[in-house]
Amino acid sequence: MSDAQSTRAALARNERKGLKTGTANINAPRWRNALFIAPYMVFFVTLLVLPMLWNIWLSLHRADAFSIGRFIGIGNYDRLLNDAIFLKAVWNTFYFVLLSVPPLALIGLGLALALNRQTRTAAALRTFYFSSSVLSVTIVTLIWRIVFIGQFGLLATIYGWFDATPPAFLSDPDLVMIGIAIATVWWCIGLPMMLYLSALQQIPKEIYEAAALDNAGRWRTLRYITLPSIKRTVILVVIIQIVMQFQLFGQAKLMTNGGPNNESLPIVFYIYQMAFTRWDIGLGAAASEVLFVMILIAAMVQFMVSRKKGDAQ
Amino acid sequence: MSSFGLSKKNTLGDRLIIGSVIVLALVMIAPVIWVIGLSLKDNSELMANMNSVFHGPYTLANYFHIFGSSSVFRWVLNSVIVSGSVTIGILVLTSLAGYGFARLNFPFRNTIFIIVLLGLAIPEQAVLIARHQIFSEIGLHNTYYALILPGLSAPFGVFLMTQFFRAIPKEYDEAALLDNASRFKIFWKVLLPLTLPAQATLGIFTFLLAWNDYFWPLITATRKEMYTLTVGIASSQTNFAQSEGLGFLMAQAVFASAPILIVYLFFQKYIVTAVSGSAEK
Repeated sequence: MSDAQSTRAALARNERKGLKTGTANINAPRWRNALFIAPYMVFFVTLLVLPMLWNIWLSLHRADAFSIGRFIGIGNYDRLLNDAIFLKAVWNTFYFVLLSVPPLALIGLGLALALNRQTRTAAALRTFYFSSSVLSVTIVTLIWRIVFIGQFGLLATIYGWFDATPPAFLSDPDLVMIGIAIATVWWCIGLPMMLYLSALQQIPKEIYEAAALDNAGRWRTLRYITLPSIKRTVILVVIIQIVMQFQLFGQAKLMTNGGPNNESLPIVFYIYQMAFTRWDIGLGAAASEVLFVMILIAAMVQFMVSRKKGDAQ
Repeated sequence: MSSFGLSKKNTLGDRLIIGSVIVLALVMIAPVIWVIGLSLKDNSELMANMNSVFHGPYTLANYFHIFGSSSVFRWVLNSVIVSGSVTIGILVLTSLAGYGFARLNFPFRNTIFIIVLLGLAIPEQAVLIARHQIFSEIGLHNTYYALILPGLSAPFGVFLMTQFFRAIPKEYDEAALLDNASRFKIFWKVLLPLTLPAQATLGIFTFLLAWNDYFWPLITATRKEMYTLTVGIASSQTNFAQSEGLGFLMAQAVFASAPILIVYLFFQKYIVTAVSGSAEK
């Protein structure tokens, strides 16, 4: 069929349906077009939106494993505020973010700057540094427990050569969070590095050429060209990491089980304990709403930062 | 290209930088070598002296032991079924939705799209308890359905695929429309082949996340034979301190990490694209 013929056929078809001709009506809103999004929307509504609303509803009830119980308004939130363990969990979570995010943001930046070059060694090292991120939390914690564990750990063995006692990263109340943070940085360092690398590659080469003509040295180029160009990415990396590390769960559960004495119990672990080991569903739901609000605030900051122009991207 | 500028020379500074990155890499891989070392040792020898790791005799006995008595095969199979199904499901659902949002008009399209985008901000923990109750209600815990279906609700793929469909020039569909092709035919024959790189990126990303998911499988799969690899390996760590099977545990961990590391090495190009794509969010 020639182009002219097919055009005429399409127009005729539209006329038969009593529609105006021209390209505008192709884009007129039609319900049948929504069929393309319908399959996804079924899952979106039933397994994301409804559970989210249901969770809020649960948080307002004295719910347990068997029934939703009676409506108690903000009763569960009140219980949370008076629960020393919950407050401790909130504190622990912030402390963990403080311990893990700065090293992730800084080491990630250092690696990206060092490996932003087109050599085979650099490519291999990039692949290497991201590889730990594909391991599951179970494997990562297994590896780090066998490093930290008292008797047969790598750390104990190395310290043993010097007849010294290693720091007890799995049992000393002052050190458990640091131990978990070390394992976490080891696990998560790949993502910040990759995010920085993709920002670095978007800096126009002409700027560097101009700097080279001006005989600007390595550090001056870094300070006055590279870093200002990726300023927005640095902020994004920090916020993404805050949101991710806020959700600490697997490492704390598997490395220290929250102990000793709840010193390494983060909010998500508290939610898990309340909802799935004590079956105090209402309280667990309320705690998860608190976490939701905290993450929402960080997500809003992220949205505003990514909207702001001014970076090289 | 040097690290901070454009100089072509491989200066002393460059060599120092790469050198220190290599040293850090060695420090980072030391724990892994330690684990592999332990996995190659006889348990009784380890119990007597940990320093025996540094010399022979080494043995593959712990690995053969996996083939004999471990549930690890069942868990690998479960993880393959779950991650594979989530990946295929997500690709199908989000490609259709991405095309719908990017190219077609229907009532409330923009409002619905914004609601889906807002879904990106919902953390898993804010829906887990209610999801658990829903699956209790319909009696689906300890099934593949329970392990797979929640993964299909993630909005990130819709966002990504919509962006990709928008980036394809409209002339492609307009030419096909004039040829009387149906909307589905345009999607299937004309546009979908153009999104293959995006499919690969989203696919590998989804697969990795599903493979490593921990919280949801932990609460929905309570029977040993329905564990995914992540939960299964965690469950066998409990009698860790007795070190009865230290070498065996380590062999199991090495064996369990191998599939995902192989997938990573094969698809790393797409992972890089996925990561840099998500930065633009």
